[in-house]
Amino acid sequence: MREMKVKEVKEAIAKLCMDACYYLPEGVLAKLKGAVDTEASPLGREILGTIIENAELAKKKGVALCQDTGLTVVYIDIGQEVHFTDGDLYEAINAGVAKGYTEGYLRKSSVDDPLFDRKNTGDNTPAIIHCNIVPGDKVHIIISPKGCGSENMGALRMLKPADGVEGIIKFVVETVRNAGPNPCPPITVGVGIGGNMEKAAELAKFSLSRNIGEHNDNPKYEQLEKKLLEEINKTGVGPSGLGGTTTALAVNIEYAPTHIGGLPCAVNLNCHAARRAEIVL
Amino acid sequence: MSNEGNIKYITTPLTEEAVKDLKAGDVVRISGYIYTARDAAHKRMYEALEKEQGVPFDLEDNIVYYVGPAPTKPGEVVGSAGPTTSGRMDKYTPALLAHGLRGMIGKGTRSQEVIDSCVKNKAVYFIAIGGAAAVIAQSIKGEEMIAYEELGPEAIRRYEVKDFPAIVGVDIEGNDVYKVEIPKYCKIK
Repeated sequence: MREMKVKEVKEAIAKLCMDACYYLPEGVLAKLKGAVDTEASPLGREILGTIIENAELAKKKGVALCQDTGLTVVYIDIGQEVHFTDGDLYEAINAGVAKGYTEGYLRKSSVDDPLFDRKNTGDNTPAIIHCNIVPGDKVHIIISPKGCGSENMGALRMLKPADGVEGIIKFVVETVRNAGPNPCPPITVGVGIGGNMEKAAELAKFSLSRNIGEHNDNPKYEQLEKKLLEEINKTGVGPSGLGGTTTALAVNIEYAPTHIGGLPCAVNLNCHAARRAEIVL
Repeated sequence: MSNEGNIKYITTPLTEEAVKDLKAGDVVRISGYIYTARDAAHKRMYEALEKEQGVPFDLEDNIVYYVGPAPTKPGEVVGSAGPTTSGRMDKYTPALLAHGLRGMIGKGTRSQEVIDSCVKNKAVYFIAIGGAAAVIAQSIKGEEMIAYEELGPEAIRRYEVKDFPAIVGVDIEGNDVYKVEIPKYCKIK
């Protein structure tokens, strides 16, 4: 049994919030730079150049890449040998988010309740927390701040088993086309296939926490990721939706077993600021 | 945008005369004063106009920027301040245009109703690059709180801007740059 004070989690999360919002992952930056060489639209190439310049400026100044620093999505895998002490883990996670967003000059975008009062909670809490118990004595935390421009363009459809691969491709491409310029392309496309309604949505979001460029371990799904990326980049949406051949940088699929009668599919889009930061405690 | 020769420089207040020659797809630089407003501020202004009450600033020949900036770090003029998705303001936009608003800056598509309203009121929709918030903030030289401070990032602020980078999205003839540019690169039916 390993004892860990919840304050350690709080401090780690505060720093991860700032790091994620200031520093675009190197892999994403490399993809953007690569796209400058392949993009067919001259305006698209200029926009990609501005996006790269923006990431470099934010890093240099230590400021938010994008003003929409999102709702804070926290993935925390807790080794079952870990025993948290000195407080409530969920409170500590939220205290870390509040600290990171306040001390890091990050925008507070959370309103409560969602329909009637919509009052800003003032510190970007509550975070959206996904907690898993795993073997071992480590704690693995991934922070993915997610803005609403892209979040609003996601979709979920309860496909039929007979819709098959073709149905998945049609639905994903249709979602990207309908989104057009709104999710700030070039996007990363998260696809969740299987499970049930809420599981598919969780898988789609979780797939976006992957390091860009990593594929699904299952070769059939890896092939589908590549096929989808190719199809999506034929839509013409392009950088900022102003036309071009770079609509998406990557497609990530996660899947889970499903019911004999179902083929749920969720699509969660991420903007070009595909932010993430992680730590193992 | 590096295409220096083709950039159109415009200043606020933005008159009917000044927007006459702006065409969808033109690269522009905006200087002068612009006002920030997004979801909550739009709802409040819309409700005030419906009750025939005043709004916190003179709409006539002015530009609204759809943005909820990040807080300002010490030593900076403003926090990161890129555009938010304009479509969420569509419901409220025709009323503001009818009261003299001349321009809007945001990102993403507009409804046909907003486009028609741009034609009717000779107003222009400008597009800023979504997510280029740190770069855009460099063109903002001053900031003043105007109204609804309690809304935090959604408050109305007045920005003094110098060469704010944008592209004409919808012109006064109702041309929509997205509808023109995306099909040029589309390879599926």
